Amino acid sequence: MAILEVKDLKKSFGKTEVLKGISFSLEEKNVLAIIGSSGSGKTTLLRCINMLETADSGLITVDGSAIFDGDSDEKLTAQQKLENQLKIGLVFQSFNLFPQYTALENVTLAVKAHAKSRPDFKENHKAIYKEIDELGMSLLKKVGLENKANNYPCQLSGGQQQRVSIARAMALNPKILFFDEPTSALDPELTGEILKVIKSLAAEKMTMVIVTHEMAFAREAADRIIFMDNGVIEEEGTPEEVFDHPKSERTKAFIAGYTEV
Amino acid sequence: MSIDFIGVNLQLLDGFKYTLILFFATLAAAIPLGLPIAFGSMSRFKPIRLITRAFVWVIRGTPLMLQVMVVFYVPGLLFGMPFKSRMAAVIIAFIINYAAYFSEIYRGGIESIPVGQYEAGQVLGLTKTQTFFKVILFQVIKRIVAPMSNEIITLVKDTSLARVIAVGELIMAAQDIVSVYGLLWPLFYTAIFYLIFCGVLTLLFGKLEKKLDYYRG
Repeated sequence: MAILEVKDLKKSFGKTEVLKGISFSLEEKNVLAIIGSSGSGKTTLLRCINMLETADSGLITVDGSAIFDGDSDEKLTAQQKLENQLKIGLVFQSFNLFPQYTALENVTLAVKAHAKSRPDFKENHKAIYKEIDELGMSLLKKVGLENKANNYPCQLSGGQQQRVSIARAMALNPKILFFDEPTSALDPELTGEILKVIKSLAAEKMTMVIVTHEMAFAREAADRIIFMDNGVIEEEGTPEEVFDHPKSERTKAFIAGYTEV
Repeated sequence: MSIDFIGVNLQLLDGFKYTLILFFATLAAAIPLGLPIAFGSMSRFKPIRLITRAFVWVIRGTPLMLQVMVVFYVPGLLFGMPFKSRMAAVIIAFIINYAAYFSEIYRGGIESIPVGQYEAGQVLGLTKTQTFFKVILFQVIKRIVAPMSNEIITLVKDTSLARVIAVGELIMAAQDIVSVYGLLWPLFYTAIFYLIFCGVLTLLFGKLEKKLDYYRG
């Protein structure tokens, strides 16, 4: 069964229809890359799935439960919303690390906040916090930053900050990890370290959805490609299908535009 | 009748005591009270926002001296319940006035925090309250230290307005010496008290700013 299912998702800002009925699904342990030019709606799609925007209509199902249902009037409880939110993780284009906390604190902050509702928190909080710090350190190690654990974001390069933010998203153990143009705010020479981390996550069979402008990377790391144009999915398939044998004229033009550069 | 230098200082210190009480009482209440007013002026519920902003406009648009007189005289004139304590009336007027000013500093500070910080809190499953207290508030404090220190140093000197309803603060104590002993210099000499007080505050705020300087952004 698909871990993520999006059905006929629509979203308008004022009179501008940004998503004109998006449907796709994603299998567990797969990596999906969403490509397309600016203004095609890919970031809005990501923000709707991550509940930073509320879609107008449609259905989003993650791991069998609807996190958004445009046909239902049922209001989700705060607990349900939290459970839904924790099923998905998001890495932002501009990192959005918390500047007053160290790298390790950034990674563990939310985990510690959620641990407070554990029934055994009161008697065991020291052990729980220690365990969370160890988890944080192991994640920083995974992104190659265990020696920067006590540095503040302002003391890290853009690439290092983005790696901390990947570790922060991973700390909540999401079912799916989303990336919103994770390398767009970085100098070209720093994008490699991010792509390396994402590839290592893919090798560990992390389910991921990546909105990206890095075509070579999308082709190499993704199992599925979605090309979005003007609010619709113009083409979908394996990297070979989309990059080498595009069916749609718009896809052809987009891909030709990138390979020329 | 005559008075020596030490006598002048003792009398001025007696007045300075009221200056200090007014200063600290105003800060203790206006610093927290500014926060709900700031939230009111940012409320998505329009009537609350408009009422709060009108309130801030009236308070910032009229002289503090007038506000002190209104708070002191109006309850007696309208409701037949005059203030028993002049000091209490001054403190209330100052708290209202400074809470309004602080609320605008808070609002500016809160609105200057990038929306990405709230979004990061949300996708990490933090509630709005958790995000505010764990993530936003500290960044706001760092950003408002400079404007707050400015306002707090202004408060030191505004305390002299209390004499308009005959609260015996520092300037009033000096004027008493002028009229009783015919000495003018103690009035000018009060400047030393204000300068030392503001100097200490400047040093303290400088230390605080340095302390918060461990991160940027």
